[in-house]
Amino acid sequence: MTAALDFVAWLGRFLLGACVASGRLALFCINGLSHIVRPPFYGRMFLRAFVEIGYFSLPVVALTAIFTGMVLALQSSTGLSRFSADSAVASLVVLSVTRELGPVLAGLMVAGRVGASIAAEIGTMRVTDQIDALSTLSTNPMKYLVAPRLLAGLIALPLLVVVADILGVMGGFIIATVKLGFNAATYLNNTLDFIQTDDVVSGLVKASVFGVLIVLMGCYQGYNSKGGAQGVGAATTSAVVSASVLILAFDYVLTELFFAR
Amino acid sequence: MSAPNVTIRLRGVSKAFGEKKVLDGINLDVAAGTSMVVIGGSGSGKSVLLKCILGLIEPDEGTIEIDGVNVLTAPREQQAELRSRIGMLFQNGALFDSLPVWENVAFGLLAQKKCTRAEAKSRAAAVLEQVGLAASVGEMSPSELSGGMQKRVGLARAIASQPEILFFDEPTTGLDPIMGAVIDGLIVDCVKRMGSTAIAITHDMASATRIGDRAAMLYKGRIVWEGLATSLLHSGNEMVDQFTHGRREGPIQMELRK
Repeated sequence: MTAALDFVAWLGRFLLGACVASGRLALFCINGLSHIVRPPFYGRMFLRAFVEIGYFSLPVVALTAIFTGMVLALQSSTGLSRFSADSAVASLVVLSVTRELGPVLAGLMVAGRVGASIAAEIGTMRVTDQIDALSTLSTNPMKYLVAPRLLAGLIALPLLVVVADILGVMGGFIIATVKLGFNAATYLNNTLDFIQTDDVVSGLVKASVFGVLIVLMGCYQGYNSKGGAQGVGAATTSAVVSASVLILAFDYVLTELFFAR
Repeated sequence: MSAPNVTIRLRGVSKAFGEKKVLDGINLDVAAGTSMVVIGGSGSGKSVLLKCILGLIEPDEGTIEIDGVNVLTAPREQQAELRSRIGMLFQNGALFDSLPVWENVAFGLLAQKKCTRAEAKSRAAAVLEQVGLAASVGEMSPSELSGGMQKRVGLARAIASQPEILFFDEPTTGLDPIMGAVIDGLIVDCVKRMGSTAIAITHDMASATRIGDRAAMLYKGRIVWEGLATSLLHSGNEMVDQFTHGRREGPIQMELRK
């Protein structure tokens, strides 16, 4: 009986803790997003974040996309050839890349690279009193540290995904024409015939949401880190793990919204 | 309302973190143009006290008045205005390591729109000179500076906008005695030159007597003694005597976690 009560008490504490954590995160998110549209604006911080998130993530996103497209063409060819449906390789590659793999893989790569870096930077600022120092210098830390990064994530991720989409399709095209013997013109025609505006737009909307999630988790975990170097390390890990899980969860929700019949 | 010559007045300020009561009904007056030094052991609540006045931590109870205005209940704009009149030197400098020194020093000036970005560098150089640093230091990154230089830059940042109130959180911690004396001298010079009201927290007795006009001792969240800073070393209060002379035996018992 006591063990059962202990379990119920633990469950209650866990659920209450989860509610509190979700509420705090939601308030942090609303606060951060609201500062995007309220002056003063920190253009230099935005540019710095945009370059960090967008430009410096290009190599890793590009490599991921091109190899993903190549693997996708190879795998789909071997699978579809069993049903004599090789001609569907082009459409499968382009739909997979634009709808799913482009935004999700770019999001996961950026989460690992940028989410960790944001959490580490803001976490270090927290444990070395730099965030308190901002407040004493008439500067709202949410406005200075969080809002420019959120805006940069919102804009940079879709641009990265445009690049990822192009390179992913190109990777598939290279494997299909060089290794699998597809006719280049036919492959490109198939690709262009099957792709629709909604496929690309849905991927870009997902990318924007993922961009906000990555930055949000980096900022939130960093902003609330405590306990010195170990705390900053824990915040960094939590930022990457939580952003990655949220990307996959929101990917499902958004797919359901866009494509569920 | 406060008496006209009192710049900072605290009444019944209390703050607890969970079960631990860090501040327990603090009453403290700091007269305009004077320096108050708050001494006390590690974990006695000195930093929390400063953070409460700065608005970085909200006290559970009590009132904090600056020039007669309760900063805890004042409208947000007025709170921001009152706090913009405070400069703070943090214990570890808290310099922004992503910015060069000159941008650190001019940060408050730019935030308060007291100068343009084009003017900021020369303004920063002038303030750096006041704390004994060459203008060329402005181009360096905070990570390239020694501990003493970081304190000077932190001090330059705190005084750049010529605040009416200055807070110093352990200004000499981690410095050798000579550099500590240099920093104290700079603090006294700045405070006197600007006519600022200052609160410094420290457990460095030499620093306390150099910086302060008056002193108060914090123990277990309460002010247990207040008097002239010059009388710190012979206050007649058992707790202050034990603390200032560093005696193991006495009314103050170190709490050891079991």
